[in-house]
Amino acid sequence: MAAQIAAVIIFLIMFLLIIMDKIERHIITLGCAVLTMVLVFGICMHSMTALTETLNVAQIFTKGFWYAAGETSESSSGINWATIIFIAGMMIMVEGMAAAGFFRWLCMTIAKAVKYKVIPIFITFMIMSAVLAMFIDSITVILFLAAVTLELSQLLHFNPVPMILSEIFCANLGGSATMCGDPPNIIIGTSLQLTFADFISNTGVLAAASLVLVVIFFYFCFRRELTVGTEDVGAEVQRPDPKEAITDRKSFAISTVIFLCAIVLLVTHAQTGLTVATIGLGIAILTLIAAGRNVGNVLKGVDYKTLLFFIGLFVVVGGLEQTRILELIAAFIGKISGGNLHVMIAIIIWVSAVASAFVDNIPFAATMVPVIKSLAAVNGVDIETLAWGLSMGTDIGGNATPIGASANVVGMSVAAREGHIIGWGRYCKAAVPATIIVLVVVTAGIWLRYC
Amino acid sequence: MEEKKQLIISVGREFGSGGHEIAEELAKRFHLPFYDYHLIGEIAAGKKIDVKTLERFDELPKIPFFSRTVKGYSNSPQENIANMQFEYLKKKAAAGESFVIVGRCSETILKGNPGLISIFVLGDIEAKVDRVTEREHVSRIEAEEMIARHDRKRKTYHNHYCRGKWGDSRNYDISINSSKLGTLGTVDMLEEYIRRRIGK
Repeated sequence: MAAQIAAVIIFLIMFLLIIMDKIERHIITLGCAVLTMVLVFGICMHSMTALTETLNVAQIFTKGFWYAAGETSESSSGINWATIIFIAGMMIMVEGMAAAGFFRWLCMTIAKAVKYKVIPIFITFMIMSAVLAMFIDSITVILFLAAVTLELSQLLHFNPVPMILSEIFCANLGGSATMCGDPPNIIIGTSLQLTFADFISNTGVLAAASLVLVVIFFYFCFRRELTVGTEDVGAEVQRPDPKEAITDRKSFAISTVIFLCAIVLLVTHAQTGLTVATIGLGIAILTLIAAGRNVGNVLKGVDYKTLLFFIGLFVVVGGLEQTRILELIAAFIGKISGGNLHVMIAIIIWVSAVASAFVDNIPFAATMVPVIKSLAAVNGVDIETLAWGLSMGTDIGGNATPIGASANVVGMSVAAREGHIIGWGRYCKAAVPATIIVLVVVTAGIWLRYC
Repeated sequence: MEEKKQLIISVGREFGSGGHEIAEELAKRFHLPFYDYHLIGEIAAGKKIDVKTLERFDELPKIPFFSRTVKGYSNSPQENIANMQFEYLKKKAAAGESFVIVGRCSETILKGNPGLISIFVLGDIEAKVDRVTEREHVSRIEAEEMIARHDRKRKTYHNHYCRGKWGDSRNYDISINSSKLGTLGTVDMLEEYIRRRIGK
C-alpha cells in the first residue's frame, strides 16, 4: 500500500512539473525516476527484482531484442530500450538529412511542381506533412515545412497562418498512421510486439480516411483567407530554385538513400525479422559513416534530453506497473464499461484524446499501455483493438490545443518569430472541429471493423 | 574627428512613477530615438504584419498551464513577442545605434554593452496615486489597484526572462525616486549623471 501511494505521488508530481513547464522535462523524469527507485522499489518494496525488471537492461542482450523472425519475444515492462534506440537512430538520420538540405529541397520542389499557386501548395503541403510524419518525427517535419511556408507567404503574399495550422494537424495525423510516426505509437508497438504492417493496415487506414476529410475541411475553412492578397503577385516575382536548398550534393544523395532504406526496412521488418531497435541502430551507423568528418555536428544535433526524458519516464511508469496501480485503473475501466467492447473503445479513444490535448501524450501512452494489457487480459478482448484506440486517441487528441503536441508548439513558435502570432482562440477554432471530426471517424471505424 | 560614442539609456520604471515621461525627456535632451511600446510597431512594420496582433501580448508574462516549450520553441505569444523585441534591441545595439528604451528587460538584455546606462525610476505611493488619478481619470482606490496590477505584471514579466529581480537596485546603474525631485528635477539629475558618464 505504501509503495502504491509513493508511486502515485511521484507520478502525479512528475506530471504536474511537466505541465508547469518550469524545469526541463528530462530533469523532471530523471529526478522522479531516482525517487521511484529509492522510495518505491527500495524503501517500500525492498525489491531488487522490481528494480532490475524496470531497468530492463538484460533485455538488450537477448537475441529477440535485435532479431525476432518467426518468434514473438516476451513482452516486458520497465524501460523500453527498443523505443529509445530507435528514436536515437531516427534523430541521427534526420540530422544528416536536414544538414544536406533534403527537407527544404522537397518543399521547394513540390511548390515548383504546382507552379507556386497558393491553394495547390496548401493542399500538397498538407499531404506532404502527413506523409513525411509517417516516417520522421513531426517536430522536424513542421520545423522545415513552416519555415518554407513563411518564405513562400512573403513571396506570394498570402497569410501563412492557415497553412501552418493545417500542416501541424496533418503532421500529427500522419504520425498516427505508422509505428514510427509518433512516440506513443513506437511505445505501443514495441511494448505489444506489433509490426509496421499492423499499424499501417489499421491506424494507417483510419488516418488516410481522416486525412481526406481533414483536407476538405481545411480547404473550406481557409480558402478565402488564403487567396486574399495573392491576386497582385506578378509573374516577374523571383521563384526560388529547389536545387539551391541542397547544401552538399553527395551528402544529399547519401541521406536520401539512407532514408529510403529506413522506410524499406521499417515496412518489411515483420518479414526480415529485424526489430525497430536494429533498424534504428543500423541507420544511425550508416548516417554516421556517411557523415565522415561532419560526424561531430550530426551527433551534436541529437536531442539527448528527449532520450533521457524517455528513460526517466519509463522508470516512473514502471513504478506504477510494479505496484499494480495500473491494474486497478484497468479494472475500473472494465467495471464502468461493463465488459462492453464498444464502451471500452470509446472510453480509451476519447479519454486519451482529452488527456492528450492538455498533457504530453508520451507519458500518457506509456502509462496506458500496461492498462490496456490488463484490460484485455481480464475482459478477454483483443489487445490490438484497444491498442489502435489508444494510438489514435493519444495521437489525434494532441491536435486540439496549442500545447497538445510538440509539433503544435514548434509550428506556432516558428510562425510567431516572423510576427504571425497564433493565440489559443485562433488555434482551437480550426483545430478543435477537425479533431472532433477525426475522432468520430476513428471511433466509428474501430467499432465497425473490430466490434 | 572622433567618432561619437554609443549611448543606450535603459529606463525601468514603477507604474505611475513618471519613468516613461522621464525617459522621453532624456531622449529629447540627448537627441536620441525613443523606444517604448512603439518598438513593437517598428518590428511589425519591418515584418509587414499588423501591429495590433502583437500589441495585445506586449510586456506581459506568459500564462502558466497554457504555455509549453519544446526544444527552445514556445507557443506563448507573450514569450515570442518578448524574444522578438529582445533580438531587435540586441541587433540595434550591435549595429552601434544609440537610443532610449523603456522597459523590455533592456538593462539585462543589453548588459555588457559599453554604451549602456541603466536606470530604474520608482516613486512614493502617494505621488504615484496622484499621477495615475490625474492621468487616467480614476478614483484613488482604482489608481492604487492599477498600480498594483501593472507593477505585478511588469515584475512577473521581468523576472521570467532575467536573472536579476525587477527594481532591485543592484541590477541598475542608478535607481531614483522621482517623487523627491519631481519629474523635471529627476530628469536634470539624470542628465547630469549621464553627461558625466559619457564624458569619462
